[in-house]
Amino acid sequence: MGKEISFTIDGQEIKAFEGENLVTVAQRNGIYIPSLCYFEHIDPPLGSCRVCTCKVNGKTGPACMEKVYSDMRVEVNTLELQDIRKAVTEMMFAEGNHFCPACEKSGNCDLQHVAYEMSIASARFPHLFKDRLIDYEPKRMVIHHNRCVKCMRCVEEVFTDDGQRVFSACGRGNETVLGIDYEQEAKLSEEQALSAMQICPTGAILVKGQSLSLPFGDRAFDLKSVQKNREKAQEVDYGSDITTLEKRTIATISLAGCFGCHMSMLDIDLELVDLLDLVEFNKSPLNDIKEFTQQCDIGLIEGGCCNTENIEVLREFRKKCKILVAMGECAIWGGLPAMRNTISLEECLEEAYLNSVTTQEGEYTIPYHEDLPKILDKVYPCSEIVKIDYYIPGCPPSAEHIWKVVKNLLWGKDYSVLYAEFKYD
Amino acid sequence: MEALTHRTQLLDRLWQYQQAEGFISQEAVKACAQDLHLSEIEIEGVISFYHFFHRKPAGKFIIYLNKSIISETKGYARIKEAFEKETGATLGGVDPSGLFGLYETACIGLSDQEPAALINFYPFVRLNTLKVRQIIAQLKQGVLPENICDEVADHIRYVPDGDKAIFFRDYHPGKSIQRLIDLSPEEAIATIKQSGLSGRGGAFFPTGLKWQLCRDQPAQPKYIVCNADEGEPGTFKDRVLMNALPGLMLEGMIIAGYAVGAEEGIIYLRAEYFWLKEKLERVIARFYRMGLLGKEPGGIANFQFDVRIQMGAGAYVCGEETALLNSMEGKRGEPRTKQYFPVERGFLNLPTIVNNVETLCAASRILELGVEKILQTGTPESPGTKVLSVSGDCLLPGIYEVEWGASIADLIEKCQADDPYFIQISGPSGECISMQEKDRSFSKEDLRCEGSVMIFNRQRDVLQILSNFADFFKSESCGICTPCRAGNFIIQRKLEKIQHGLAYEEDLEEIKKWGKIMQVASRCGLGKTATNSLVMSLAKFPEYFSTIIEKNADGLNWNFDIERATAEYERFKQ
Repeated sequence: MGKEISFTIDGQEIKAFEGENLVTVAQRNGIYIPSLCYFEHIDPPLGSCRVCTCKVNGKTGPACMEKVYSDMRVEVNTLELQDIRKAVTEMMFAEGNHFCPACEKSGNCDLQHVAYEMSIASARFPHLFKDRLIDYEPKRMVIHHNRCVKCMRCVEEVFTDDGQRVFSACGRGNETVLGIDYEQEAKLSEEQALSAMQICPTGAILVKGQSLSLPFGDRAFDLKSVQKNREKAQEVDYGSDITTLEKRTIATISLAGCFGCHMSMLDIDLELVDLLDLVEFNKSPLNDIKEFTQQCDIGLIEGGCCNTENIEVLREFRKKCKILVAMGECAIWGGLPAMRNTISLEECLEEAYLNSVTTQEGEYTIPYHEDLPKILDKVYPCSEIVKIDYYIPGCPPSAEHIWKVVKNLLWGKDYSVLYAEFKYD
Repeated sequence: MEALTHRTQLLDRLWQYQQAEGFISQEAVKACAQDLHLSEIEIEGVISFYHFFHRKPAGKFIIYLNKSIISETKGYARIKEAFEKETGATLGGVDPSGLFGLYETACIGLSDQEPAALINFYPFVRLNTLKVRQIIAQLKQGVLPENICDEVADHIRYVPDGDKAIFFRDYHPGKSIQRLIDLSPEEAIATIKQSGLSGRGGAFFPTGLKWQLCRDQPAQPKYIVCNADEGEPGTFKDRVLMNALPGLMLEGMIIAGYAVGAEEGIIYLRAEYFWLKEKLERVIARFYRMGLLGKEPGGIANFQFDVRIQMGAGAYVCGEETALLNSMEGKRGEPRTKQYFPVERGFLNLPTIVNNVETLCAASRILELGVEKILQTGTPESPGTKVLSVSGDCLLPGIYEVEWGASIADLIEKCQADDPYFIQISGPSGECISMQEKDRSFSKEDLRCEGSVMIFNRQRDVLQILSNFADFFKSESCGICTPCRAGNFIIQRKLEKIQHGLAYEEDLEEIKKWGKIMQVASRCGLGKTATNSLVMSLAKFPEYFSTIIEKNADGLNWNFDIERATAEYERFKQ
C-alpha cells in the first residue's frame, strides 16, 4: 500500500493511501459515487458503464479509472456532474427494455438502485424498444438480453474451472449483445452460476429454479439509501393549516393503464377526507364526471397512449389543466403495455385474437370498427403526445408519493419524498 | 492448417478461412478456440466485431457497396438497385445460387471515384448501371474480379509550386534513412521535434515527443505500428501515399524504429485496401533485397528492422490507436481505457509507437530534406504541407498537397467546387464549415484537419448528410461504453424524428445537451466527437433548420403523426 496522502472531494479534505481507487475511497468517506461495472478486484477497472463520471483536476472522466494521489482535486456532486451521471443511467433505461414490475431482480437490482439514489423519475431519452431475445437455451441460466447493460462484469469474472470464459461481448455498435457459450456454461457448478447471477447488476442473468422473490421491504434496495444525507427536507405537517389553503381542482384519467395508480391514490385512507376539503375533483373516474366543466389546476395522467382515443383525451387534458403530471410508469414511458413495442402490431394482434391457445380457429377476428378507437403502432409515452410538466414514478407510485407531489405543486410546500417511497415497481 | 500458437495470429487465420470458404464455419471457430485454449464464444466475439467476417456463406463473389455520404450523393441508390437486379441478391444477403453476396460497408477510401464497390476486395470505381451489368455478366461467365477490376487512379491534383512540395516530389529509396548514419537516435528525435511534426491522423500529438516518451521506456522489445486504417469517411490520402510513395512510409517506420529502439514494424492495413497489400509486400521485398530492411538497413550499424503487414477486418474504430492494438492482438477492437499510453504499454503491453501513414512519410522527408526546408513552409505551429483528400461536389476530386495555412477558399477554387454550401472537414467526427468561414485556414492554429474534405453544394440536403453520419456512428461504435453505444442510437432516432417533420425547437436543444453528455462521458474519440458536426451545424446553418423546425407553443405536439401511427392497424379494415 502506498503512503498516506490527502486530497479533496468537493472541497472536503480526504485522507487515503496513494494508489487506492477513487470510488472505494469516496465510499469509505461517505461520498456516494454510483457505479455499475466497477469491482474492486478487477484490475484494470472496466470503465464501461460510465455511471461514475466525475471530474479530476477539472477533467471529466470515470472515477473508477482514477487512483488517488496527493493534492488531486476531485469534483463529484456538482449539478453538472450529477446531471451527466443521471443521463448515462437514463441511457441504459432507454436502450434496454427494463420493465421493473415484471423483473425478478426488481428490488435487488443495481441499475434500479443507482437510479433510485439519483432520484431519476423518468428517462429524458426516448425508449428505443429494440426487440431482444430471452435465451432459455443455457443449461442453468436464462439470459434476458433486454436487461443487459453491457457492463462486462460477467465477461471478466465468470470462468469455468479450466479457465475458459463463459461470456463475451458479441457484435458491435447498437447491435452489441452478451454472447454466452452454452458448452462452457454447462460446465459451471450451481454455485458458479449463482455467483454469475449475483454479479450481474441487472436481471440479465438468472439461474433456473432459483427464486429471487422476497416480500417488499426485505429486498436489498427497498428501504434505506446508502447516502447519509439523502432525506433532506422534513415532512411538513399540512393538517393544521389546512383550512387556510385555497381550494384547488384536480382532474384525473387512466389511459393505457390498469387503474392501479388510481387505486393507489385512494390508499391514503382517512386523509382522503381531509384532502376533499382542499381539492375538488373535476373530470375523473373517481367521481365519474365524464366531461370537463372548468379549467383545472392539475391533471394526473395514468397510462400511456395505445390508441387514438388516448391521444384525444390527453390533448384535452393538456388544454384544460394548468399542470400535467404523468403518474406511474405507463404514463411516463409506456410501462408494461409497452412490452408490445418490441414486436409489430400485426404479430401482437394475431397472437391475442387468432393464435392464442384458448381461441378456436375461426372463432374471432381482429376487431376493427369505425366506432372503435384505432390502435397505434406502439404504446407512446404521454410526453411524446403533449408537454408533460412532472413525473411520478412507480408501478403504482405510493399514495404518499402522489399526494406529496400534488400538494407541493398546488400549494408550493416542500415535502421530502422518502427513499422508501420512490420506486419503479 | 498449422495450429495457432499465439492469439496475435487470430485475425490472419480468420481471414484465411473467410477467403478460402467465403465464410467462417463452426469447425473453423472450434479449431481456433482449441488452438488458443479459448472458449468458442470468445472467438465468436472477435468474429462478430469485424464486419468483413461472415459466419454464414456470403457468396463466391462478395460485393461491398460504399454507403458513405459521398457515395450516396453520387448515385448509391441507383448502383445498389443495379447490383440487386443483376445478381439476384438483396442487399445484406446472398442470391439463391450462392454466387453473389451483396453488402454495404462504411467508406472504402475511394471517395474521389464514387460510386465504387469492392468485389472480393478488388476495386471497381465510377460505376454506372451499364458497367454493373457488364461486371456481373463477366463474373457469371467465370471471369475473376482481379482480372477486370479497375486501376485506381491517384488523382494528385495539386502540389505547391517552387519546390515547396514535401510529399509528392521525386523519391529515391534509402535517401531518408541514409541520414541516420550520421545521427544518434536522440539526434533523430531532436530533428523531428524541431520540425514541429504532429500526428496526421487527426490528433495532432507532437510526433517527436511521442518518440521520446517511447524511447524513455525501459521495457523491450518495442514496436512501430503504422496506422494505415484511415476509416474516416471521405479520407483517401493514405491510400494515395501508400500507392505512390510506399517506400517513403517504410523509411518513416525505419526511422521511428531507429529513434526509439524498436526492431519490428507492423503496418495495420485496413481490409478495404486489400488490393494494396500485394504492392506493399512487393515493396517490402524490394527493400529487403536492397538492404534497406532487415539487418543493418541502409548500412546503419548495430540496428535491425523488420516490417510485416497486419490486415484489419472492417471496423472504423480500429483507427483509434488502442483499439488498433487490441485488434492486432487478435481481440475485439475495443478502445482501451486510458490508463496507459501506447508508448508505455502498447502492443502486447510493450512500448509501442502508433503513427499514421502520412506522419511517417513526413518524418522521412524531414530527415531527407532537412528541418530548415520544412520550417520555410506552412504556419508557425504547423510547418510543412498537408495532404488533403477532396471529394464531393467539385470538378476535380482528388489529392491536394497544400501548405499548412491554406484557406478553405483556396481549396474551393483549386478543386473547382460549384456553389459549395456545407463543407465537412476531417470526416463525420470533424467539423462542418459554412461559407461564412471560407477564410479559415487548415492549420494547427485553426482548422485541425486530418485530411478529409467533403464538399456539398446547395442542392444537397443537410439533414441527409447528418443522418448518414449518425447511421455511421451508430453501427461503428464499438459498443463497450454506454454514452457512445446508446447515445448514437438515440441521436439517430432523434434525426429520424426531424426527418419525419415531427421535431420542435426543443428537439434541437436536446441534441445539443445530449451531444455534450456523449462528448464528456464516452471512452474514446468516437463517442466524444460523434455529435460534433450535428451540434455545430445547428449553429452554422440556422437558416436551414429554421425552415424545418417549428415551435411547440401550446405543448400539444400537433406534429405527432397519427396517420403514420395508425397505418399498421388500418390494414385490418375489412
